[in-house]
Amino acid sequence: MVADLDPNEGEVSLNGVSRDSLPAHLWRRRIPYVAAESGWWAQTVHDHFAPDQLARARALAERLGVGDAAFDGPVDRLSTGERQRLALVRAFILDAPALLLDEPTGPLDPVSVRKVEDLLLERLATGAVIVLVSHDPAQGARLGARRLRMVDRKLQPEEDAG
Amino acid sequence: MISLSPTDLLLASSLVALDAGVSVALRLQLHRQFLWAAARMVVQLVAVGFILRFIFALNNPLATLAVVVVMGAIAAREIAARPVRRFKGIAGLTISGATVALATLVTAILALTTAIRPHPWYDPRYAVSLVGIILGSVLNSGSLALDGIVGGVWRERTAIEAQLGLGVDYRTATLPLLRESLRRGLLPIINQMSAAGLITLPGIMTGQIIAGMDPMEAVKYQILLMFLLAGASGVAVLVVAELALRRLSDARQRLRVDRLK
Repeated sequence: MVADLDPNEGEVSLNGVSRDSLPAHLWRRRIPYVAAESGWWAQTVHDHFAPDQLARARALAERLGVGDAAFDGPVDRLSTGERQRLALVRAFILDAPALLLDEPTGPLDPVSVRKVEDLLLERLATGAVIVLVSHDPAQGARLGARRLRMVDRKLQPEEDAG
Repeated sequence: MISLSPTDLLLASSLVALDAGVSVALRLQLHRQFLWAAARMVVQLVAVGFILRFIFALNNPLATLAVVVVMGAIAAREIAARPVRRFKGIAGLTISGATVALATLVTAILALTTAIRPHPWYDPRYAVSLVGIILGSVLNSGSLALDGIVGGVWRERTAIEAQLGLGVDYRTATLPLLRESLRRGLLPIINQMSAAGLITLPGIMTGQIIAGMDPMEAVKYQILLMFLLAGASGVAVLVVAELALRRLSDARQRLRVDRLK
């Protein structure tokens, strides 16, 4: 509903700007959504970035453990984990005030998870809002987040036990 | 003009029997389809011959219009049925119907009121034949373009939604698909024009020459027709692709593949 990618009803606003007051793509530009399954629309990874953002994207990918070889290669050579991290990079470089992440570390190994979480914590420190879905109960604690659990199609506040 | 007798046709039909024989001998399992298609062709054409003779004799604008509308409706149904994934409800038919109507009317009326100018301009001998030829082209281009959009959006849905999620607008995210679909839809008419006269003698022209028309006159007609077909194809691919793309999104620029079956 926040990403506004499926038909829905209700009101959402971010920093006082309501969703319906903005054209859909400008709203999403302020609160990018990264799906659990990453989508690709060009042959090579670097074609997915604007030329003026390429250097930053490359540096961020490097930080998440994706090197130049993967960055300049074709998308279909990437592992699921590499794809996921690069999809996160695509959203990060937009410098949006909020991020919607669906299982951002789902297919990642513990080392990569750590790297992604460090980046998320940095973002949070700058005052950004991050909403993420995770199957790892400990992830919320590591990020110091407010946790809600999905039970019977309803979100419930979770106690600080997990 | 040399008139054909039933015996002439019967003799020629032995060639179909020959094809069917080959199928049986080589176990292609095509002989049933072959004979069925040949029989269908004969029945359909004879029926059309009678209907056309009747309509020409009537020479009534409403009757002509009715025939044209029925032909258009059949073409629209074919276009909508072509893609593997179809629109739910009547959206597919609405899109293809609008495409057929617009592309055919624009080109047919242009031709009938400027170049061909029969008296009266709705003379069924010209109107029905012209619409028939144009519909063939509209059907061909329109179904290729529609299939390109619907199939393409379905295939690329994850990639399109990934872009939408990052704040790219729907039009930008689907532009490569639009271009690809328009190209696909326009290639047949380009092939048809570049091959005309060298690789193929177009059917209409051949027919007119056999029927006794001067080749240069037949050629002029054929050139006019090719231009009309190019125009009709252009309108058809643009309209069908635009309408299909719109139907696959909404006011909030979501990707609405849920509107496909």
